[in-house]
Amino acid sequence: MAWVNAVVQGILLGGLYALFACGLSIVFGVMRIVNLAHGDFAVLAAFLAYSVADATGLGPFWAGVIVIPVLAAVGYLLQRVLLQRSLGVGPLATLLATFGLSVIIQNVLLQTYSADARALDIGRLASASLRISGQLSISYLALITFVLAVVVLVGLQLYLSRTRTGRMLRASSDDPEAARLVGADSRHLYGIATSIAFATVALAGVMFAMRSSFDPSIGPTRLIFAFEAVVIGGLGSLWGTLVGGMVLGLAQTVAGQFDPALTLLAGHVIFLAVLAFRPQGLIPARST
Amino acid sequence: MAIGDALLARARDIPVRRAGRSTRWTTVGLGLVVVVLAYLPYVAYTTVTDRLVDFLMLLTMATMWNLLAGYAGLVSVGQQAYVGLGAYAVLQLSDWGVQPYLGVLLAAAVCTVIALPTSLLAFRLRGDYFAVGTWVIAEVYRLLIVRDGDLGGGSGRSLTTLSGLDHTLREALTYWVALAVAVLALLGCYLLLRSRLGLALTSVRDNETAARSAGVDVRRAKRVVYLVSAAGCGSAGGVLLVSSLNVHPDTAFSVQWSAYMIFIAVIGGIGYLEGAIVGSIVFFAVQEIFANYGSWYLILLGALAVIGAVWLPRGLWGELRARTGAQLFPLRYRVDTPVTAATPVPVER
Repeated sequence: MAWVNAVVQGILLGGLYALFACGLSIVFGVMRIVNLAHGDFAVLAAFLAYSVADATGLGPFWAGVIVIPVLAAVGYLLQRVLLQRSLGVGPLATLLATFGLSVIIQNVLLQTYSADARALDIGRLASASLRISGQLSISYLALITFVLAVVVLVGLQLYLSRTRTGRMLRASSDDPEAARLVGADSRHLYGIATSIAFATVALAGVMFAMRSSFDPSIGPTRLIFAFEAVVIGGLGSLWGTLVGGMVLGLAQTVAGQFDPALTLLAGHVIFLAVLAFRPQGLIPARST
Repeated sequence: MAIGDALLARARDIPVRRAGRSTRWTTVGLGLVVVVLAYLPYVAYTTVTDRLVDFLMLLTMATMWNLLAGYAGLVSVGQQAYVGLGAYAVLQLSDWGVQPYLGVLLAAAVCTVIALPTSLLAFRLRGDYFAVGTWVIAEVYRLLIVRDGDLGGGSGRSLTTLSGLDHTLREALTYWVALAVAVLALLGCYLLLRSRLGLALTSVRDNETAARSAGVDVRRAKRVVYLVSAAGCGSAGGVLLVSSLNVHPDTAFSVQWSAYMIFIAVIGGIGYLEGAIVGSIVFFAVQEIFANYGSWYLILLGALAVIGAVWLPRGLWGELRARTGAQLFPLRYRVDTPVTAATPVPVER
C-alpha cells in the first residue's frame, strides 16, 4: 500500500511540475528560447504573494490572484524591453541575459527577504486530506494543484488551437516571416506568449509556496525540474509536458520510497535516460 | 579550373601573416607579466598572493568557458561539474598517495576522461537545451559524490596531505601551481586556436552549415573543445582544493562557478582570449570594491552581464579591438598585399 501511495503522490507532484513546466514549454515552442530565470520568477511570485498576504491580511489564494497578473505584466514588459532585443543579437544572448536575470533576482530577494525559509500559511487546508485507507491519503492541496495544472494545460491547448491569437502564435512559431506577411505582429505575440508563461509560473510558484517552505535560492532547482518535465515529455508539446511532469514526479517519489537520498538522483537519471534513448521525448510535438 | 588555379597561384604570392611588430611586443609584454607574477611570492605578503590565487582560478575557468561558448557556440551552465570533479579528483588521488600539486595537473586528465562519455549525452541537446542539460549533468555528479562516504559525503572533507608543509612555502607553491594552470590554460587555448582545428572552429563559429559543407567535422571539433574545457576547469577545481584545503559538494559543484565564468566572459568579450583576462580584472575589481556590501556585487555583475549580452555583445575587449585593432594573442590573419604593403588590411578571423 505504501507503494500505491508513492505512485499516487508522484502523479500529483507531477501536476505541480507540469505547472512549472508549461511556461517553459510555451516560450520554447513560440520563440525557441529558454528563460533561465524561469524558476526565479516563480520564487519572486511566491515572495510577492507572501508580502501581499502579510501587508493586506488577505489569504494566500487572494494574494496569488493579485500576484499572477502582476507577473504576467512583468513578462510582457521583459519580452518587449529585453528579450526581443536579445533575439536579434544572436543565439547566445537570450541565455546569457536570462542567466544574469536569474542571479540578479536571487540576490535581490536575498537582500530584501534574507535567506530564511518562509511559507504561505493556508491554515487547515495545509494538512487536510482525503483519507482513502490507512496508508493512502490524498492531500486536498496536492489535488487542487493537480487539477489546476490540468485545467491550465487544457486551457492553453484550447487557446492555442481555437482562438485567433493562439493561431497567430502558432503561425509565428512555425514561420515568423510568413506570419508577419499576413499581419501578425510577432513582437506583440511574443510578449503575449511570455506573459502567459509568467502567469503560469507565478501560479506554480504560489502553489509551491503553499505546500512547502521556500527561500531565495530554490529557483534554479525549480527550473531544472521544469526543464526535465519538458524534455521527458517532448519539446513543444503541452500534453507531453503533463506526462513528463508526472513521469518525473513518479520517479522521484518511487525512488524516495527506496531511499530518500535517491529522490533527486532518480529524477535526473530518468531525464538522462530519455535523452539517451528517446531524445524526441515520450510524446513528440509533431506526431500527434 | 584554370581560373581557380590562376587565382590560387596569385593568392600564393600574397603574404598572409599572423604576427607583426606590435604582436611581437605584446608577446614580450605578456612574458614579462608572467615573470613578474612568478616572482611575486618572494616580495609580496601571502594575503596578496592568496587573492591572486582566486583571481588566477577564475581566469582559468573563464578562459575555458570562453573557449566553449566563443569558439564552439556551446553555452554551458554546467562547467561546475568539472570544477567539482577536479577538486574531488585531487582529494581521491591524494588518498591514493599522489602529491596534491601533481594531482592538480592529473585532475585535468581525469576530467577529460569523464567528459568524453558525458559529451555523448550532452551533445544530444542543442543550444538552450544544452545549457540546462549540462547543468543537470553537474547536479548528477554532485549527487553521486554526496553518496560517496569515503570522500566525505554530503558534509565535505579536508585535504590533510599538505599539512606537513611550512605555511609560507605551501602558500607560495599553491600560488605557482595556480599561475602555471592559468598560463597553461591560456597558452593551450592559443595554440589550439592557431592549429588546424582552430581554423575549423572559427569557420564553425562563423557559419556552421558552410563549414560542414567544406568538410569540417563539426561534431569532432566541438567535442575536442568540450574536452579541453573540462580539463581546464578540472585543474581549476584542483587549485580550489589545494588553496582552501577543504571541499564541500555544495560549494564545489555550485552553479555559482558557471555564473562567474559567464559574467567574466560576457563582460570581457566572448570569443576573444583577451576577453577572459579583461573580464577577470573587472570582475575582481567589482568584487573587491563591494566586498563589504553583501551580495550587491553579484547584482551589479549580473546587471553588467545582462546589459553586455544584449547591448554590447562583443564585450569590453571586442569594443576596444573594433576601435583600435589591438590584440594580445595574434590569432587574426593579416594580408600584406604587395601594393599597399605599408598599410596591411586586417582580415577578420
